[in-house]
Amino acid sequence: MALLNSILAQLLNGLRIGSIYALIALGYTMVYGIAKMINFAHGDIIMVGAYALYVFVSILHVPAVPAVILTIAFCALMGITIEKVAYKPLRNAQRLAVLITAIGVSYLLQNLALLIFKATPIPFGSIIKVPSIQIAGLTISGLTIVTLAVTALIMAGLTLFVNKTKIGHAMLAVSEDQGAAELMGINVNRTISITFAIGSALAAVAGILYICQYESLIPTLGAIPGIKAFVAAVLGGIGSIPGAMFGGLALGIIESMSKAYISTQLSDAIVFSVLVIVLLLKPSGILGKLSVEKV
Amino acid sequence: MKKFVKLASVACVAAMTVSATTMAAEEFWIGGIGPLTGAVASYGISVKQGAEIAVKEIHEAGDVTIGDTTYEIKLDYQDDQGSEDIAPQAYNTVMDNGANVIMGAVTSGPCIAITSDTYADGILQITPSGSAEDCIANDNAFRICFSDPEQGVAMADYLIDTVGISKVAVIYNTADDYSSGIKEAFEAEFTEKGGEVVASEAFQTGDQEFNTQLTTIQGTDAEAIYVPAYYQDATYITKQAADQGMELPFFGSDGWDGVLGTVTDPALVEGCIFTSPFCASVDEEKTVAFVEAYQEAYDAIPDQFAADGYDCVYTFKAAMEQAQSIESEDLIAAMTEITVDGLTGTMTFDASGAPIKDVLFVTVKDGAYTFVE
Repeated sequence: MALLNSILAQLLNGLRIGSIYALIALGYTMVYGIAKMINFAHGDIIMVGAYALYVFVSILHVPAVPAVILTIAFCALMGITIEKVAYKPLRNAQRLAVLITAIGVSYLLQNLALLIFKATPIPFGSIIKVPSIQIAGLTISGLTIVTLAVTALIMAGLTLFVNKTKIGHAMLAVSEDQGAAELMGINVNRTISITFAIGSALAAVAGILYICQYESLIPTLGAIPGIKAFVAAVLGGIGSIPGAMFGGLALGIIESMSKAYISTQLSDAIVFSVLVIVLLLKPSGILGKLSVEKV
Repeated sequence: MKKFVKLASVACVAAMTVSATTMAAEEFWIGGIGPLTGAVASYGISVKQGAEIAVKEIHEAGDVTIGDTTYEIKLDYQDDQGSEDIAPQAYNTVMDNGANVIMGAVTSGPCIAITSDTYADGILQITPSGSAEDCIANDNAFRICFSDPEQGVAMADYLIDTVGISKVAVIYNTADDYSSGIKEAFEAEFTEKGGEVVASEAFQTGDQEFNTQLTTIQGTDAEAIYVPAYYQDATYITKQAADQGMELPFFGSDGWDGVLGTVTDPALVEGCIFTSPFCASVDEEKTVAFVEAYQEAYDAIPDQFAADGYDCVYTFKAAMEQAQSIESEDLIAAMTEITVDGLTGTMTFDASGAPIKDVLFVTVKDGAYTFVE
């Protein structure tokens, strides 16, 4: 019983951190699907979201719910602006140029945060105040419940949005073939903007959940979850939305289980070994489609 | 007229020279070496500022008199960027500037990089904060701070002898020498004294997620958790433990100093106990005076590095007074005979160069740091 309880508790730990990875991974994968670029600044949007929430709640004293909405809107706008300013002029340039630009944007965001908020960690109390519950000797923290519920809702909503709405169809079409989509009358620029907005909004949600969990703001807080989520997106198959969700959750659970039952020192090594094995067996990722590169 | 002006100015200069030699004391130069830029700059800056407070205090109290000569202590502090490659250059610079003794280096690597040079020159070297054993391998080198293992041993003894805990879980940073060094010494001593380390959980620098480790510890019969790590790690760990409903007491290393500044709720760390050579918030006469002077001069709260720098300067002073000389040989010989009543405790030095002083235990009580009674 004790062992079962501990396995369940570790599974929940994995699911909670995994759902945050999944939210971030969705942003990577959607942007990759449409703009065919790895947006390395995506991890830092999490950080921007966390600091934005801090500014709204602690400095401007906005109540929690409007603060969350403002944070999400701010990050969505930020995502659109970054795309317009940094990536759009390079749309026809070499892939490498866009990649380097993305890394540049990432540094820019981190150092701006460093300049404005300084390197000293800022404590920030969670705005999610849900009591923890006890089921059969298992304590589940309120934040875990909220994180899982929010992630499930967002995933369901996003799936519906992509498959059922006109904009969603346009996104799928652009990711399939940008030139053909344009010929069919789809506004590619607007679709790309919307994709960046959605991706950044998801990162903002991840940032809010993240900061409520860890309660400490540092300018580099987006780096580690950003990298892990990128791994999750690749693991699930980059470009695939269900792949990102699956990859994120799988990564969280593998990480938590290997830490708990194999070795805390080796957990990262195990996570990356799984990635290597998956990519060897299925180079496009677990749920990714193999696309033939046309030259 | 022209001639007269010339004459007058010569006389004037001569008068000034005479007055200068009679007024000013001899100078005794401390060659300081530590990082003022780079990733560990805060340590070097703290040591420098702490040392400057001591230098100023000693000057205001009438300098150091040996026989019939009065020496004014001066500090020449050079940047080593925390780098083994730059430290020897910084050492050469302070020596060229006429250093009588060496204070440094601040971090272990650069300190080890200059030990062979200081040994060859036969100069007294005291590192305020280089905690690695090799920093003081030579006979001319001494240390103000504890070595990493000493803290772990002290905490193991404290847990078993004073608190009466025999089963403990450890969370440590496997990527950090400081953390894993303390952890190894702690576990060895704890086991030797009959205790049992029921879980030894690792993490990496920069980790924020500790729930897995804590869940594992919850599955054991640990009576306490020992976290030899820095305050930011402690902030995450105590918060996540509270979220999980854990009520085990926390114990930590000196890296915990500062944890009250980063937790969102002081209740999270209420009652935790950590080893510390210095604690700025403790209400003790000497500490309060130092903190006030430091705040006035630098508008910051001093950390243990500042206290180490301060104590280092007073150690030089004590050695000068004991030796009644400023010759390196005499100063080194005097080191094992002196007692320094410093901010980091009352210390003496053994022949190996290590300080002998009590490890202090600091706890958080009513949201403030105090020494454990």
